[in-house]
Amino acid sequence: MITNADPIITRRIAFEDSYTIERYLATGGYEGLRRALTMTPEAVAEEVNKASLLGRGGAGFPAGRKWSMLRQAPTSYLVVNGDESEPATFKDHLLIERDPHQIIEGSLITAYAIGASQIFIFCRGEFALGLERLQAACNEAYAYGAIGKNIFGAGFSIDLVIHPGAGAYICGEETALLESLEGKRGFPRIKPPFFPAVNGLYGQPTVVNNIETMSNIPWIILNGGDAFAALGTGASTGTRLFALSGRVKRPGWYELEMSKTTFRDLIFDPSLGGGIIDDGTIKAFIPGGVSAPWFGPDQLDLGLDQEAVGKAGSMLGSGSVVVMDDTTCVVRAAWRITRFFHRESCGQCTPCREGGTWLEQIMRRIEEGGGRESDLDLLMDVCDNIAPGVSWPPQQTTICVLGPSIPSSIASAIRMFRDEFLAHIEAGCCPMGGAR
Amino acid sequence: MAHLSAENLDRARRLVAVYPKSRSALIPLCHLAQSQDGYLTEEAMVDIAELTGVTAAEVRGTATFYDMLHTEPVGDYVIAMCTNIACLLGGAYELLEHAEGRLGVHIGQTTADGNFTIEEAECLAACDTAPCVQVNHRFFGPLDGAGFDRLIDDLTAGRLVDQVPRHGVLNRVERTVGLLTENESEARA
Ligand SMILES: Cc1cc2nc3c(=O)[nH]c(=O)nc-3n(C[C@H](O)[C@H](O)[C@H](O)COP(=O)(O)O)c2cc1C
Ligand code: SF4
Ligand code: FES
Repeated sequence: MITNADPIITRRIAFEDSYTIERYLATGGYEGLRRALTMTPEAVAEEVNKASLLGRGGAGFPAGRKWSMLRQAPTSYLVVNGDESEPATFKDHLLIERDPHQIIEGSLITAYAIGASQIFIFCRGEFALGLERLQAACNEAYAYGAIGKNIFGAGFSIDLVIHPGAGAYICGEETALLESLEGKRGFPRIKPPFFPAVNGLYGQPTVVNNIETMSNIPWIILNGGDAFAALGTGASTGTRLFALSGRVKRPGWYELEMSKTTFRDLIFDPSLGGGIIDDGTIKAFIPGGVSAPWFGPDQLDLGLDQEAVGKAGSMLGSGSVVVMDDTTCVVRAAWRITRFFHRESCGQCTPCREGGTWLEQIMRRIEEGGGRESDLDLLMDVCDNIAPGVSWPPQQTTICVLGPSIPSSIASAIRMFRDEFLAHIEAGCCPMGGAR
Repeated sequence: MAHLSAENLDRARRLVAVYPKSRSALIPLCHLAQSQDGYLTEEAMVDIAELTGVTAAEVRGTATFYDMLHTEPVGDYVIAMCTNIACLLGGAYELLEHAEGRLGVHIGQTTADGNFTIEEAECLAACDTAPCVQVNHRFFGPLDGAGFDRLIDDLTAGRLVDQVPRHGVLNRVERTVGLLTENESEARA
């Protein structure tokens, strides 16, 4: 059995009415904001710094450091990234539907700490229920006096807007998200400036943080940054919401203390993933969203730890783990991931737009049985054109990292399962039944 | 300006007012127009352009970037079927094939009675319920062929009208609060 810390961000979710303000207030809701408003903004930011809370959106950048980079200006914004579209990631969706007040409270505390003038919560458009829950929570919080003018009589005022997306993976990339929020196509912006903290929404300094990052803030203020940093090890502090899917008996979300649990525990422990469907054999797993390189069973004993996974050649990314077993055709799996990137490329950069198109076509050809042996070299050559060296972390030739993420699954699948590619080519069809 | 109903025009003006720059309301207004008409009409784009201070061509150019905004008519129920990695591992392509058979249409097509459109979707962030689908952005899953047939029967018989509004209606909870409301009440006082 694994041991686990008490949950931080999912502790309310077991309640049927976890999304209502009544339940929120009955379980300590808005106490963090009340506490924060008795502190100076600097002291609030210092607690988050001490927590060494790493951003939960995928890049793992320390939240406290990001806030300290905000250019001082009369107008600045906090934008909360709830676009969650990285395949196999479903944690923000859960937090939005089941605990919207926690996101709102975390955002209010953050806005106070950084001196923001307005808050936008960008919610993925496909989350119809999530949008309704967020808007209802926003209305409730206004009525309660937690948002608006002179919050809780403490002299701090701010407005919060729930903004719907309209269906585009690329809008999760923070500069594309800002473009979208400005009412434009979701084209990532050219860097530098590297951070919206310098030049963000409407050219004003802007902090962009993920939904899960924001959800941790109320607890950190109430319990202290040190208490948060005491969980986990090294740079990976606190807990994290892992999303487990694929060929496991108990797919779902699990909030686990960072670093203390291994991938083996997550996938096989009876209280977590419960093992492989039909007690099959694990073939490979993706440790952090489909942008991440794959791992084989030999990496199962790695901890769920940002640094450890990085050193082993992949990333914890968005915290989503996908399990493939002996019934999985890895060529088909890698093709489907490639097709996703090909479809979602915004098209601004040639390596991503053209490379993605070629890779998808070659992968499809192999899966459908029309491949040649030289296709494997061709695939690696195109990958190399998108991300020179096909190393990890990838070299970037493009405006954003969507492009350089495309080679991850193809290069992993070829490296780990070359024989399966060759079997497709030899048989002239998918030996495992085939994709459409 | 004439296409949006008086009620929706009022909603639209309130949406524009929450943003520091009116163009930011462009996408929310596209959703609003879809909730009125089921899809984004040329006439609505003209209204949106006027409300946000851009040209109708810019509204179209922006809207066509986004999967949820339809510039052509679609069925009352748009069924988005996820075939991304977790759903694929759970049999999504088999389900999609079943769905096409049951409804007699292919991906991107609408049934002759105008009831159903099938779309292939990317990950819907509900991978623990693989394979899953959304009907007008409401979740159903995990589904097998029989479960899909029941879903279609329920939708056809009108048993899910509360849960699944017609296509285009996204967020049924309106913003009842905020700066504009305060300004308005000050103005009225
Ligand atoms: C292609 C792409 C997609 C992304 N999608 C998301 C997303 O859906 N949600 C998210 O929070 N961050 C996403 N990110 C990361 C954001 O750019 C940004 O780093 C993050 O929102 C910052 O929040 P954090 O520091 O709290 O993690 C994406 C990045 C890229 C390159
Ligand atoms: S890398 Fe791809 S998605 Fe990113 S900006 Fe370039 S073309 Fe667009
Ligand atoms: S892969 Fe289908 S919902 Fe995520």
